[in-house]
Amino acid sequence: MFEKVLTRNFSLPRSESIDTYLANGGYQALQKVLREYTPEQVIEMVTASGLRGRGGAGFPAGRKWAFIPKDPQIEKYVCVNTDEGEPGTFKDRELVEKDPHQVIEGVIIASYAVGAHRAFVYIRGEFFLGVKRWIKAIDDAYAKGFLGKNILGSGFSLDLSVHRGAGAYICGEETALIESLEGKRGQPRKKPPYPASVGLWGKPTLVHNVETLANVPHIINRGAEWYASIGTPKSTGPKIFCVSGHVKNRGIFELPLGVPLREILYEYAGGMAFDKKLKAVIPGGASTPMLTPDQLDIPMAFETLEAAGTMLGTGAIIVMNEDTCMVDVARRLMRFFAHESCGHCTPCRTGTTRMLALLEDLEHGRGKAEDIERLEEIASKMRGLTFCPMGDAAANPILSSLKLFRDEYEYHVKYKRCAVAA
Amino acid sequence: MQPLEAKIADPAKRSMLLTALYIAQEQYGYLTKEAIERVATRLGLPVADVYSMASFYSLYRLQPTGRYVLQVCEGLSCHLVGGADRLVDYLRKKLGIEVGETTPDGLFTLQTVQCLASCGTSPAMRVNDALYENMTAEKVDELLDTLRGYHV
Repeated sequence: MFEKVLTRNFSLPRSESIDTYLANGGYQALQKVLREYTPEQVIEMVTASGLRGRGGAGFPAGRKWAFIPKDPQIEKYVCVNTDEGEPGTFKDRELVEKDPHQVIEGVIIASYAVGAHRAFVYIRGEFFLGVKRWIKAIDDAYAKGFLGKNILGSGFSLDLSVHRGAGAYICGEETALIESLEGKRGQPRKKPPYPASVGLWGKPTLVHNVETLANVPHIINRGAEWYASIGTPKSTGPKIFCVSGHVKNRGIFELPLGVPLREILYEYAGGMAFDKKLKAVIPGGASTPMLTPDQLDIPMAFETLEAAGTMLGTGAIIVMNEDTCMVDVARRLMRFFAHESCGHCTPCRTGTTRMLALLEDLEHGRGKAEDIERLEEIASKMRGLTFCPMGDAAANPILSSLKLFRDEYEYHVKYKRCAVAA
Repeated sequence: MQPLEAKIADPAKRSMLLTALYIAQEQYGYLTKEAIERVATRLGLPVADVYSMASFYSLYRLQPTGRYVLQVCEGLSCHLVGGADRLVDYLRKKLGIEVGETTPDGLFTLQTVQCLASCGTSPAMRVNDALYENMTAEKVDELLDTLRGYHV
């Protein structure tokens, strides 16, 4: 049985409170860092741990920290990305609602390492309980002297506040998040420059996902070597996997990266609900290409999923059984992307709308054979032509669905109904 | 002509815009023309700019709604376990309104939303700021009765 790291406090009573956190070793990593380590040493430790971003892209955290200019004259910021909205993903909400101090401790350590004195939490407007938990936890951290001026007598100061978003998936993309924090429409910026050099109000900014930051105190407490011993050489540490769809036990499961998909589905999620047959699995959230039952032995790590033509993404596993109509699935996913496209780049704005119209036609028996080709054409031409990864995100599931289940699309054209019983 | 940015004395001031729109929405019920103009004046921004923000973000309402806004998640994980469309259909019949409409008594507005990050406890829906998970027809009935009970 894998020893829980990030979710170890989840089942404790009042797990969200600072008292519970302190009683279970909370804020010890912060004290250790402020007393014993220089910012450079912290960056070295995080780099050595191999920690990679948990928000989807999997960028090495230590490298991101090292990109922030060292000059103390330059003001810098840290942003905590709590804009979780990728369909299938519900880990950050759990982390914030059940153990927010773990994340706050990570924020303070990261801010110390990069020399930031101002940090912001950007949270989805829909997460009302999350907003309340963040505010309460930040207030309590101030009261105990973990935030504010001269933290624990170290001379290091940090202010942290909560900024509530207002309903836009795109704000989970780091430059869109920064735009939104500045009070603008959440439309991604052109990169480069990356936020590490030109971010919030034009200043170097470190943006991290909630889960990424939650790992940081554990790396300090138990060492980079311990952390790197978990997972695979290229994907280290624990990961919170979110399992939804047609399994017996849906929910979050914290496991080492590299765990086989089969193990997650059958040992932890209890296998298929109603003992139906498995048809397809989305391994990392709505924007990741699908896997089929013959690929279940794949280790759930960044490099292995990439080699299989898909992505670990946010670790959100959506399981679909034999009764699932794949045209309907594609339509539903596209409805999401068409709704959430910020409208800035034409390929994404027009592409998602056009694809949705084609998928609606196919699903409702109005589709023609050439619509399938048209769909494929739009999806393949969208990739790589947008400012942010949303264009690829919308195209990927469609292309994989067409590759794996083209017969179902053709069935819809020919018989004007679903190939499955449901 | 002075560039737009220079008119805003403090860039951090503009950061208050999202919060200011929430406050105005709370006070006016939805973002009326007057509400948007007030926010624009207070923050020294063009009205069109503030309006473009209000129309970009989905949690801002540019139309009046009922006392309770029922937002049903239409995400894939909700759909797979019998939610989404089925839950919407149930509410449409039960309330006698279409998506986007409000009941004649002004109590309920029905809307669909994208993923609510409740995929492990789906089907999910929001009522104003509260989240309801693992929804069934019975639980919807119970919820509507409770909410109606506050207004007899």
